[in-house]
Amino acid sequence: MLMLYHDTVESEVLVHKPWFIGCIFAIVLAVFLIFNVAGTTMGELLRPVIGDHAQVKFYSRIAIAFVIAAMFCLNLVLIGFVPLKIQIGIVWFELVLLFLSLFAAFDLSMPFIWANLPFLITQGVVTTVYVSAMSLLFASAIAIIGAIAKLSSNGMAYAIVSFYTSCFRGLPLLMQVYLIYMGLPQVGYVINAVPAGVLALSLCSGAYMTEIFRSGIASIDRGQWEASRSLGFGFALTMRRIILPQALPVIIPPMGNTFISMLKDSSLVSVLGVWELTYLAHSLGQPTFHTMEMLVTAAMIYWILSACLELVQSRIEDHFARSKKR
Amino acid sequence: MNKRDAILSDEVIEAKNVSKWYGAFRALTDINLTVRKGERIVICGPSGSGKSTLIRCVNRLEAHQDGEITVTGIRLHNKMRNVAEVRKSVGMVFQHFNLFPHMTVLMNCMAAPMWIKGVPEGEARKIALKFLERVRIPEQANKYPAQLSGGQQQRVAIARSLCMEPAVMLFDEPTSSLDPEMVAEVLETVTGLARDGMTMVCVTHEMGFARAVADRVIFMDRGEIVEEGTPHDFFRNPQHERTKLFLSQILSH
Repeated sequence: MLMLYHDTVESEVLVHKPWFIGCIFAIVLAVFLIFNVAGTTMGELLRPVIGDHAQVKFYSRIAIAFVIAAMFCLNLVLIGFVPLKIQIGIVWFELVLLFLSLFAAFDLSMPFIWANLPFLITQGVVTTVYVSAMSLLFASAIAIIGAIAKLSSNGMAYAIVSFYTSCFRGLPLLMQVYLIYMGLPQVGYVINAVPAGVLALSLCSGAYMTEIFRSGIASIDRGQWEASRSLGFGFALTMRRIILPQALPVIIPPMGNTFISMLKDSSLVSVLGVWELTYLAHSLGQPTFHTMEMLVTAAMIYWILSACLELVQSRIEDHFARSKKR
Repeated sequence: MNKRDAILSDEVIEAKNVSKWYGAFRALTDINLTVRKGERIVICGPSGSGKSTLIRCVNRLEAHQDGEITVTGIRLHNKMRNVAEVRKSVGMVFQHFNLFPHMTVLMNCMAAPMWIKGVPEGEARKIALKFLERVRIPEQANKYPAQLSGGQQQRVAIARSLCMEPAVMLFDEPTSSLDPEMVAEVLETVTGLARDGMTMVCVTHEMGFARAVADRVIFMDRGEIVEEGTPHDFFRNPQHERTKLFLSQILSH
């Protein structure tokens, strides 16, 4: 794991400093004094101790806030004792638990979710992944050509690409989807919904990625070009073997960002009636008023897919970190 | 082959009345320079005098605007094919090494023979190891450039150029960005090459090296060749005021 510059001066763990814990305790206490949480799960848990909340109004509020603040601080202090990796694990676990408890409060119908999940995955997820993967491929191809054109000394190529990036970064993606789906038939080319979606997504992400590739390529030292060319390498060989491999570590993190946002932007294709995740979630839930169930499920699926992309990204970053070691 | 051809083929680099401008600034003025096979030339001069520009024109990392440069019998002009041809037979070593950081030392050396000349991998490895041996760092072959010291990196850069078996080596201030204790190891390597008969043009401030190795020392100032002679004449008996001034500045401490 890469971190900020790590100071070699020994310092005490922040969460073990009394003043820090004191401050956190005060803040949490204040927050829960302001918001009345007597009606929530927390309040119910403390009912045996406090008794009926309605009778001891102010006292119950203080008691609940005090218990929450104390538990929170104890948690902090305990986490401070364990090694870094375990710290990360524990905090993730707690946050996921909190997040899930939020959904539990929605009182969702689990049988409905289980009944519809298979179709949501076999139809919705497959379509979403298909559309995103195709767009990802086309966008990358557009990006590399665009970046080279933008760095070239050819005025026409530069003009075309800069017009393209300006246009497709400037228009809202939803408009692009509509324009391509309904605009192309106007000039005599009828396009299906899925290709239209893929086209819009690739053109839009391609525009963003052109800029990412351009800055990545431009970040490589001029000396690399000179060394490579002086050995007799041609332009294409220099680009492929010398410049791009060095630019990739710079390009990967922002590219991961673009891919993740594209994955989620693929939900905009639902306006064309493509049976992808968002469209299905919407249309399956609505007739029986189980909208929330389907939306939460779809949201979770999007998150899982994005997490997969994040994982791939960090793997690739690790791979490229090799030649940086000393 | 008649006598004239024999003389011509002996000339590795020939520059005639070469001039170069950066916008309105004239970087090179009527440079005439001939380097014959086996010759060791040292170019020195104050910073900004056009020494680096001159040798960068020889493998056309820079373009000259006037005059003629012929390298191994090929005239340099704007046609790409010629340039590639010339670059194959001209090795260049840079001030900042410019090794490829994403490749191992061995791969740095194998790349050009494999990808340009189409040498099979096994043979390229042999060639690379041979020249790494020659610069005396075969044991570092599988490390990455960032794991080596400056001196070692520069020696790898020299080996990388040698792997193409060039007709002439250009050195652009090869020791200027090195720590003092590493200058010697690089100069030793270059001296070794010179002793083996490698044709070379070296831009450097190392006057001891010039004295020991050079056949001719060329002094440049403001884009012109001011003076040119054997090390013996050049250091003992400089003719021009500018040369005297430069030598007094560089040798006084």
